[in-house]
Amino acid sequence: MKKSHRRLLFVLVLLGATAGAVALVTAALQDNLAFFITPSEILALEELPERNLRIGGVVEEGSVQRIGEGITVAFRVTDGAASVDVQYEGILPDLFREGQGVVAQGRLSAEGTFQANTVLAKHDETYMAPEAAEAMARAKQQVQEAQQGDY
Amino acid sequence: MPMRAIPLLVALLLLALLWIGLGLNPRELPSPLIGKPTPSFSLPLLQGEGQFTDSSLQGQVSVLNVWASWCSTCRSEHRHLKTLQAAGLAVYGLNYRDEPDEAQHYLRQLGNPYRMVGWDGDGRVGIEWGVYATPETFIIDRHGIVRFKHIGPINQQIVDERILPLVQQLEAES
Amino acid sequence: MLVELGHFALVLALVLILLQGSLPVIGALRGRDSWMAMAGPLVWLQFALLLLAWLVLEWAFVSHDFSVLYVAMHSSLDLPLQYRISAAWGGHEGSMLLWVLTLSAWSVAVARFGRHLPLPFFALSLGVMGWVSAGLLGFTLFTSNPFERLLPAPLDGSDLNPLLQDPGMIFHPPLLYMGYVGFAVTFAFAIAALIQGRLAPEWARWCRPWAVTSWAFLTLGIALGSWWAYYELGWGGWWFWDPVENASLMPWLTGTALIHSLSVSDKRGGFRIWTLMLAIITFALTILGAFLVRSGVITSVHAFATDPSRGSFILALLAITLIGSLALYAWRAPKVGLGPSFAPLSRESMLLVNNVLLVVACATVLLGTLYPLALDVLGMAKLSVGPPYFELVFTPIMLPLLLLMGIGPMLRWGKHEGAMLWRSVWWMALVAVVLGLLWPLSMGGWGWLRALTLVLAAWIILSVASDIISRLRRGLSLPAARLGMHLAHLGVGVFVAAVAMVMSFEIEQDLRMAPGQSVEVAGYQFHFNALRRVDGPNYIAQQGSFMVTHNGRTLTELLPEKRIYDQSEMPMTQAALHRGLMRDLYVSLGEPLSLDSDEWIVRIYYKPYMTWMWAGCLLMALGGLIAIADRRYRRRREALA
Repeated sequence: MKKSHRRLLFVLVLLGATAGAVALVTAALQDNLAFFITPSEILALEELPERNLRIGGVVEEGSVQRIGEGITVAFRVTDGAASVDVQYEGILPDLFREGQGVVAQGRLSAEGTFQANTVLAKHDETYMAPEAAEAMARAKQQVQEAQQGDY
Repeated sequence: MPMRAIPLLVALLLLALLWIGLGLNPRELPSPLIGKPTPSFSLPLLQGEGQFTDSSLQGQVSVLNVWASWCSTCRSEHRHLKTLQAAGLAVYGLNYRDEPDEAQHYLRQLGNPYRMVGWDGDGRVGIEWGVYATPETFIIDRHGIVRFKHIGPINQQIVDERILPLVQQLEAES
Repeated sequence: MLVELGHFALVLALVLILLQGSLPVIGALRGRDSWMAMAGPLVWLQFALLLLAWLVLEWAFVSHDFSVLYVAMHSSLDLPLQYRISAAWGGHEGSMLLWVLTLSAWSVAVARFGRHLPLPFFALSLGVMGWVSAGLLGFTLFTSNPFERLLPAPLDGSDLNPLLQDPGMIFHPPLLYMGYVGFAVTFAFAIAALIQGRLAPEWARWCRPWAVTSWAFLTLGIALGSWWAYYELGWGGWWFWDPVENASLMPWLTGTALIHSLSVSDKRGGFRIWTLMLAIITFALTILGAFLVRSGVITSVHAFATDPSRGSFILALLAITLIGSLALYAWRAPKVGLGPSFAPLSRESMLLVNNVLLVVACATVLLGTLYPLALDVLGMAKLSVGPPYFELVFTPIMLPLLLLMGIGPMLRWGKHEGAMLWRSVWWMALVAVVLGLLWPLSMGGWGWLRALTLVLAAWIILSVASDIISRLRRGLSLPAARLGMHLAHLGVGVFVAAVAMVMSFEIEQDLRMAPGQSVEVAGYQFHFNALRRVDGPNYIAQQGSFMVTHNGRTLTELLPEKRIYDQSEMPMTQAALHRGLMRDLYVSLGEPLSLDSDEWIVRIYYKPYMTWMWAGCLLMALGGLIAIADRRYRRRREALA
């Protein structure tokens, strides 16, 4: 093959691969993003979102309970201003505790319960996941702004 | 030249992204409490008889540290609290969701930098203070107004650059 | 006192490293032999000092010196000796020191085995390695000093993170660092060549053994991390696409591309500028990984405890590495042609496609890892990218790679006749398709993707076997490099088969069980015998006893534990496994349902072919290590020594 041909082949292969990858990545990203949302924001939602969500906050004191005969567990996640019911089928992480930060990923059901498929608690520190902290901070700010509006 | 410089340009973009990302560090969150009076509370003392209340924090510039014996990060910042104590600051403790025995053992083991420690066994007062997770450190001026909050362990840099200057400034204010 | 000696040794080592980074380089630029010759001795000296510092740190751990903050944070009186030794690299500070020490050991290896290199190139390379060492050691000393004192000393330490009290974690970090750091050698060779402004014809041959060795260690390191996560995190996953894992996967992908493109550069003199670029990128990705893991910029469940000042320091290192080397590249990359021409069907074209696919795969991982950060920076949204993204994107990129892997090694350099190729592979293709299509049936379930993947796995394994057999039959020799390559490819085939099997046929059951109850999973009966309390050296545990029977025959007793560690009060799930050639049985205790009942949530997994996965990784690494023993590299050395 001539030099110019070879360069052309190289560029074509590279372009083809890049185009393919871009198409793949866009398609895959579309379906597999989980948007971060706080319990307050969930309560303020008007429509039921059709995608994966990730909520952060603190497990409310005394809210953890097993449901029925299976292995489903229910608890409430609060950001200090609002709280959301979460249901999860499976084993909670070792560091899951009431009063501690938690991040749950899943979907919101029509009844307003959050059906989690993943529950994360930071597993090597007592420090909470930044997302949980962020949720609390956002809620606080909203409450504060609302209060200021009242004055 | 242009072709060869492309990797460099991509790298610069990446570096810019990471640099800004680093600045987004979520630990420095503004607390709604800042500039507000401390929540009112009354807690039993962890050691001895008596109550630790919001009025304990008034009349001098004080540091309130939220900690627990189960919190390993608290251990790592403990010596910095001792530094603050040694510098003559009024350091108070809020023992968050802890067992009194274990909390007392913790202080015996690592030393006690606190003037008073309130025992917040069910974490209610902690929630009033907007505690996300231990450790957290607040600075309160002599009028009982919260002036500073740090989430996560304090370190030498924070002691030197944030806490000590702020305390000096607050003490200078009448 | 000893601790201050360790600290002092680090400071002195930094001074020597700065000399190593300057004198030989100036010597090389000015043509002064005596200055260049200082590189070797300086490297040995700094290694001795770093080793001394390391031994001091180990001693502090072994002798329970809690007046050292790092020891107090990561050890305790009850911690068993082997974990006290490994605790030295169980936290951020010590693991940085280990990294620096490993880098220094590799510098010594270059000084020892690189004596055949032309003196200016040798001096420049060690100089560049000195810059890398200076950056990392500076980072350690100024932001993460492991010798910092804690006075007054506490009576007891706060113990090593229970998750790290495990044999897998003893070896994972050192192997990983061996891999990361090895790519600093190829980086140094690339920068040295750029500074000289010319690529010696032998440049690729000099690089190859170093690149392959690092690659083999990185493979082992990643595999060991995954092996550890599999049984230690208690939920049986082996890869989570967590940013911390991606941080080590990315340099592995470009490193794999590098060792392949090096073969073209070495044998044919082609792809040389591209190879140079890969060497730079691979090293930069190792530093990027350190940034992601240690700065806290990205949310990960198992990042180190973070501190923004550390983040800025590593980011500065990354910036210097990237801007410095890429600017040097833009400015000085020598004009070297593409090398001898090759046909679309040739070894070169296969390796070209291999490189493109691997780099694209790496780019998609990088994108998925940084995408949440990018949107956050732009203030658009806070989100996370889930494992399905990575699986969806990674699979279609990897499948063609597997197909080519079966053909590539058979092709000739330059040009290969299509008809000839067809004659040698048609029966293989046929057998692979039949085997691959039947294979899933052995597990009782058929699906397109799993069948396709297994066809490709069989295809690779067959191609390796057929080449080895035909060479032996024709009386051709099988050089170590070729044998190593075949073993590594075989490893990939075995690994891929395992992945397809586990992902298609694993059975995971979470259920409520009380002592006395039985359950059947995948044909195995698990009988929950009893629950008892067990006291460990630094923990207490609830231990479940499960008798496993298969076809009426007792197989084993599994003893999963739920531990609570004394110092940290951290609960931890210790799974129990029965490993077999064709499947693993995995039991772990979830949590008690309530305080007053003895009913627990128990996790019972059936994981087919897991042993194949680890065997595949071992074969890959072993292949790499055999390849570097090839006479081709050794003869060169002896002839020139």
